[in-house]
Amino acid sequence: MMKDQKLWTWHLAAGAVIALFLGLHMLTMHVDGLIPIRALNVASDQRAIDWVNVVARGKSTFFALTYVVLLGAALFHGLYGLRNILFELNPSAGLKKVVGAVLLLAGLGLFAFGTWAAVAGHMLARTF
Amino acid sequence: MLETKGRPNRLGLWGWLGGGRWGMERYLYTLHRLTGLGLLAYFLLHIVVTSARAFSPERWKAAMDSVSGLPFEVGEYLVFLAFAFHAANGIRLGIIELGFGVGKPIEPVYPYRTSVDVQRPLAIGALVVAAAIAILGTLSMWGE
Repeated sequence: MMKDQKLWTWHLAAGAVIALFLGLHMLTMHVDGLIPIRALNVASDQRAIDWVNVVARGKSTFFALTYVVLLGAALFHGLYGLRNILFELNPSAGLKKVVGAVLLLAGLGLFAFGTWAAVAGHMLARTF
Repeated sequence: MLETKGRPNRLGLWGWLGGGRWGMERYLYTLHRLTGLGLLAYFLLHIVVTSARAFSPERWKAAMDSVSGLPFEVGEYLVFLAFAFHAANGIRLGIIELGFGVGKPIEPVYPYRTSVDVQRPLAIGALVVAAAIAILGTLSMWGE
């Protein structure tokens, strides 16, 4: 299998992962007003973004793991999609390499930062 | 046919946006890209803003206060609508990519038939699912 075929397959697989975990994220953050699930937002009388609910979810190792998996899948899916769109503009081979390297570094940097934030947030939540 | 001005594969932005008479699916493709770019832009900011929860409750509240108010609520709602469409249409694309719902190969004999006609129910189904998700989100976010 060629490199781009492999990346495209990963792009589709990442999409499936996102559909699952972003679906859970949206259910937690944006549909809780209509479908309140106490396991997701323990204080149902408060908003999903209020600290009490953030801490309750943050204590959960499951949520910390899903944040990291979702972060990685979404970064790959989004940045690879952006790379494909930019490459369709038919840039020169040199520019393609630069664009690929910039997107790869941006993705790795954001993944490292986001993973740190998820783990640090999990550790902080456990102190409350 | 779109004018390439002697530069094949260099249709530029119109190459993305202009669907011509290629049918509904061609415009779903355009909308999939636009919503994807919007979701990516939001997501990159989202990573930075929500990292505030790693520091303290005060930093978290300050971060949430900095993105509160009607313009941000409307923006967040648009992101939700983009998510609803991109997710439902993405599942349709995945189904088609795996070879389901595209019909069997046929001889190219006049009058020509296109696989897009066979795929149309999937496209309509994706739009119905997207609309259902959008309605749920609308009721939840603005229904109070």
